[in-house]
Amino acid sequence: MATIAQPVGQPIEQPGRFTHYLNSEYGIRSWLFTTDHKRIAWLYVITLTLAFGLGAIAAGLIRLALFTPQGDVVTAQGYDELFTMHGVIMVWLFLIPSIPATFGNFFLPIMLGARDLAFPRLNLLSWYIYVFGGAWVVAALVYGGVDTGWTFYTPYSTEYSHTNVVPTEMGIFIVGFSTILTALNFIVTTHRMRAPGLTWFRLPLFVWTIYATSLIMLLATPVLAIALLLLVIQRVWTVGIFDPSLGGDPLLFQHLFWFYSHPAVYIMILPAMGVVSEIIPSFTRRPVFGYKAVAISSFGLAIVGFLVWGHHMFTSGQSIYASMIFSVMSFLVAIFSAIKVFNWTFTFFRGSVWLQTPLLYALSFIGLFVMGGLTGLYLATLPLDVHLTDTYFVIAHFHYIMVGGTLSMYLGAMHYWWPKMTGRMYPELPAKLAALLLFAGFNLTFFPQYVLGALGMPRRYWSYDPVYQVWNVLSSAGATVLALGYILPFVYLLWSLKYGEKAGPNPWGSKGLEWQTSSPPPRFNFRATPVITQRPHTQ
Amino acid sequence: MQQTASSFGGQWNLLFASEFALSAAIALGVFGLIGFFCYRYRRRSPFEVPTRPLRRNVFMEGGWIVIPTILALAFFVWGAILYFRMSTPPRDAETIYIVGRQWMWKAQQPNGAWENDELHVPVGQPVRLLMTSEDVIHSFYVPAFRVKEDVLPGRYTQTWFNATTPGRYILECSEYCGVYHSQMRGRVIVMEPKAYAAWLGTAGSESSAAAIGQRLFHDYGCINCHNPDGHGPAPSLVGLYGTEVRLENGQTVTADESYIRQSILDPASQVVYGFRPIMPSFNGKISEEQILDLIAYIKSQKNPEQPPISKTPGTLPNRSDGSP
Repeated sequence: MATIAQPVGQPIEQPGRFTHYLNSEYGIRSWLFTTDHKRIAWLYVITLTLAFGLGAIAAGLIRLALFTPQGDVVTAQGYDELFTMHGVIMVWLFLIPSIPATFGNFFLPIMLGARDLAFPRLNLLSWYIYVFGGAWVVAALVYGGVDTGWTFYTPYSTEYSHTNVVPTEMGIFIVGFSTILTALNFIVTTHRMRAPGLTWFRLPLFVWTIYATSLIMLLATPVLAIALLLLVIQRVWTVGIFDPSLGGDPLLFQHLFWFYSHPAVYIMILPAMGVVSEIIPSFTRRPVFGYKAVAISSFGLAIVGFLVWGHHMFTSGQSIYASMIFSVMSFLVAIFSAIKVFNWTFTFFRGSVWLQTPLLYALSFIGLFVMGGLTGLYLATLPLDVHLTDTYFVIAHFHYIMVGGTLSMYLGAMHYWWPKMTGRMYPELPAKLAALLLFAGFNLTFFPQYVLGALGMPRRYWSYDPVYQVWNVLSSAGATVLALGYILPFVYLLWSLKYGEKAGPNPWGSKGLEWQTSSPPPRFNFRATPVITQRPHTQ
Repeated sequence: MQQTASSFGGQWNLLFASEFALSAAIALGVFGLIGFFCYRYRRRSPFEVPTRPLRRNVFMEGGWIVIPTILALAFFVWGAILYFRMSTPPRDAETIYIVGRQWMWKAQQPNGAWENDELHVPVGQPVRLLMTSEDVIHSFYVPAFRVKEDVLPGRYTQTWFNATTPGRYILECSEYCGVYHSQMRGRVIVMEPKAYAAWLGTAGSESSAAAIGQRLFHDYGCINCHNPDGHGPAPSLVGLYGTEVRLENGQTVTADESYIRQSILDPASQVVYGFRPIMPSFNGKISEEQILDLIAYIKSQKNPEQPPISKTPGTLPNRSDGSP
């Protein structure tokens, strides 16, 4: 796909020594003050791993507490603080930045044939803002805690909660700027820094999804900032914005909150879809079937994602006619998702399928995303949602999308691009085992929660009616398998940094542009600017 | 699927089962195809280069856009019709008031009896719940009835059901409302009409809601201006409920429960045509339960010439409409 027509860039290495972005500089300063998008991606990997660890510990304690119907292990207040901590950390400190800030940061410039992002220093600033805001959020959650849930529904969060609502929100507000600046950087880079010949319909599908994601980030995050600020104003100065006793409207907050938080789901899932669209061609030796349909459906999801927020509010007291509009729009989401899944399926047709770990993760993504997406149909159907909303059915549904989808693909991307990012191979056998553990453990944990929700167990229950116990026990047991699926890759990936086989530039035999440079890539990605003449992955 | 005990439970289960069948078929189809392709087209040599790519096919691409769209719209319409029925109480429904507060449910029967964390209803009688909250948002959820509606402070929301099987059913708060959210549970007790009537007799409220409301109407001094003979400085409230009221600002509104509630808490927002805005606000001076008692009293004040729009609170439910 990429033919190097003539060397444009200057070779930066001395003859005889293989230099790349990891060994061109050394020392802690060369990392903390780097403007190299590849190194910044690693900074994000480290901080995201820490955030994920914290969120996962909270989740483990929640599952432990739900093992028995009576409230034990933690107090009711402690339980409420745990699920708030789990939600806030996982959503804002892990899922939103996850794939864009790491693999997007690392591979967007490379896939465009660029030397770096458009604003390298801004990129570093984004990371510092993320660390600062993230530390603020974690401090507020750990020292004192918050008990409103990650949704901060009013008037509970304004008048009735006596916890760190304001500090937590200020932290989230700060992290939002990191998201906005990263999005801006990605958008400008995609517009301005494509290699010669790289037209829009020759862009890798991963770039399409990162671009669509960045648009959502740029447009939705300010609305979250507005909602949080108004909440702080209400709480600190008792201005009646959301509190009905002062003439405010508690539903206004829900509208503002979901106007951000529904598109946020597409911030999480679109990049994962992009990674799937890179892995499948690499391991089938086929370009994605229906390239244009898949590319455009990312935009469809991004746009429709802004028009469906009211489906979180079917039982909130909003007008039933408004609910009907939101319901029909929500069904459209299913169409765009279906287009992607069917096209991925037929990419395998008459391909040359190589079942390595990254492809296992991609298959696992399709399986879990299909199950999560199809249960979304139930929730879009008005009367079914009346029964299922605010129960464990919803919990299971969005975990299938966010964990089964996004997190699976974060790990899938980690394995797929590990040889490129580190120059080393991960060990294949334990990796396959981990992928299977993750898939099995995930289903064991979250499938019982569909049943719980259909039976009627509400979410955010510290203690519950004993009729629900058997499914809770199954779910908690499954979580231990899932935990193994997370710990195992952590161990062998670290091991492989030192002991892994040398990868070589293109261990997968992929046609992707990022595989045409050395592993690890040189400081400025390519030794000569590539010229693009075809669609990605054309054989 | 879980047991159902309300009149739309069967419809609901049918819709759920249909979507389950459709989604299972789609999921198995996709998984089966991918599994088959992965096996059939597995790589046999590292140098294998696949040939004969699948040609771009308008019918295929169009098919998997058009067919899912039709199916999705069909399910939307089916769902919307059922939802409309689930959201629209029938005219013969008996109204029971629900007040949610951290962390208990209070219910007021038509005869004025209040109960806590329990709700007794007769089998085969449509029951409309008119709900509000004293503090934060709660959600009234009876899984066996497939009924859920948020209960908000500062306004009334409603839902309804028609219980079909006597028994005790779980009632849960499903909107997170604070530290003891999970303790905000109760039971809905569906009784045979006779047993229900007997229970209502012993449920022992000294006086009906309307009678309590009448006392409040005097205690709060409402009677001083809202003189029943119509000659006071404020309009008479006799026969008000259910009528169209013309306001100073030219609007016309229906005098339902929400209108009466708002008129008590924020009188200046809805001044009746021809009157001056002299009524003080009772916001913060009166509880949601007292407002409901006042509404019951106002509803009971019927205009002699006019047939009443809604049934009088205090009478026992009419059971001539036949239970399913």
